[in-house]
Amino acid sequence: MAKRIALECSHAISLAVKLANVDVIAAYPITPQTHIVERLSEYVADGELDAEYINVESEHSAMSACIGASAVGARCFTATAGQGLALMHEMLFIAAGNRLPIVMAVANRCLSPNLSIWGDQSDMMASKDCGWIQMYGENAQEVFDLTLQAFRIAEDERVLLPVAVNFDGFYVTHVIESLTVLEQEEVNRFLPPRRKAKYTLHPDNPTTWGPIGLPDIQTELKYQLEKAIQNSKKVIKEVWREYGEISGRYYDVFEPYRLEDAEVAILMMGGHCGTARIAVDRLREKGLKVGLIKLRLFRPFPFEELVEATKHLKALAVVDKAFSPGGFGGPIFSEVRSAFYDLDVKPRIVGFIAGLGGRDIRVDEFMGLAEKVLRGEKIEKNYVFLQVRE
Amino acid sequence: MSQKNEFKLNPKPSWKELPIASIIPQPSTSRFYLTGDWRSFRPVIDKDKCVGCGLCWSYCPDAAIKWFEDGSVEVDLNYCKGCGVCAEECPAKAITMVEEVEE
Ligand code: SF4
Ligand code: SF4
Repeated sequence: MAKRIALECSHAISLAVKLANVDVIAAYPITPQTHIVERLSEYVADGELDAEYINVESEHSAMSACIGASAVGARCFTATAGQGLALMHEMLFIAAGNRLPIVMAVANRCLSPNLSIWGDQSDMMASKDCGWIQMYGENAQEVFDLTLQAFRIAEDERVLLPVAVNFDGFYVTHVIESLTVLEQEEVNRFLPPRRKAKYTLHPDNPTTWGPIGLPDIQTELKYQLEKAIQNSKKVIKEVWREYGEISGRYYDVFEPYRLEDAEVAILMMGGHCGTARIAVDRLREKGLKVGLIKLRLFRPFPFEELVEATKHLKALAVVDKAFSPGGFGGPIFSEVRSAFYDLDVKPRIVGFIAGLGGRDIRVDEFMGLAEKVLRGEKIEKNYVFLQVRE
Repeated sequence: MSQKNEFKLNPKPSWKELPIASIIPQPSTSRFYLTGDWRSFRPVIDKDKCVGCGLCWSYCPDAAIKWFEDGSVEVDLNYCKGCGVCAEECPAKAITMVEEVEE
């Protein structure tokens, strides 16, 4: 029977990891992620979770330890944020390239300078090309569910890729919410307690991983990774359907809100979608046809699904909590514009960069940007920094 | 080459044939890779000068030198990549690097 409890969102992830019966946790504490691994270390110390908890000296080592452990067939978890993810950068590619089904929670935090412990999505976005499946959650329930699903998806032999579950530092990580959790037996049916692995590092049957890749191999190797992550979308949807049947909570690549008859929609990922929903409701009260798309899956990016669901709109207001200096707006904005390029009739797509370094995006700011787009106001360069003081 | 080539992997596989993550699923396959192909200079050992110390054997980065019980040494040209480390390290100056010429 499903149980309803209250938990800090970080601890919802810790609980999911415990229920997933991980073998190895290797992590280095960093705000705002620390609560996740702190709780996990308590589970291990109290004998509630039979796992190896490796205290490492850096995030680079945390990912390296997970890579080694995953290569011998262990189910591995780590968590990080901001600078920690940046320090892991090199090893993220090694994990994905060696097709190791590691699961990582990222408590999204702004990259320095200036020293900022507060949330935005610039950390994961700076590593978006690392070959990991990347999901974004909004609340305790969602991150609990996504974490459990992440292990199933990652370990599916048609996928074999690491998965990053992202959620906003502080705005989500430190909030206590109520959620419905699965019982251990239900989890065991969904996710077998032991991982199955075709190739492992074992002295009885030696294998070589990450050998030198001469120029006549590398293209095929990279293409194999591209195919694997593109094809993973099918499996992700399959796992979401199955999880829906167990839990009653059905997930998809994005979550529409009041979208059917909308003329304009806000599109974004993560915790601020809650605020955006309130803005949508208030605009609806004023008679404005506004909706919201909460994007959940960033890699593989759901290009076709997104176009299908939003091509009837007059305009899309994409809100990025990250940007590419010298590039074309925020990363979600760039993807969305690419998705629509080949269509003759398409919505106007406007980018807003907001919520950097923990700055809140208020209801009136969401309302303002949606109204601006709805009125067809001209916007310089098609994307703007919403909150910058001139 | 003394060993039979039992290495079954296609050296230029399609992306589908390539084992996942290009993992090499059998051990000690490097012996099927003949680094001798790289060589532009070949070490020639002057047996009269050689004192049989084995330093060339221990320095060779490709384990291409065989060192026998009687102290004599021999280069396996299948694997010698011609780097010249052995000639540099030989205390008796018994090794000369001679340019390979097309036959
Ligand atoms: S030239 Fe280099 S590879 Fe060849 S035998 Fe000497 S040390 Fe070994
Ligand atoms: S290092 Fe020189 S002297 Fe020593 S075994 Fe090799 S060739 Fe002979």
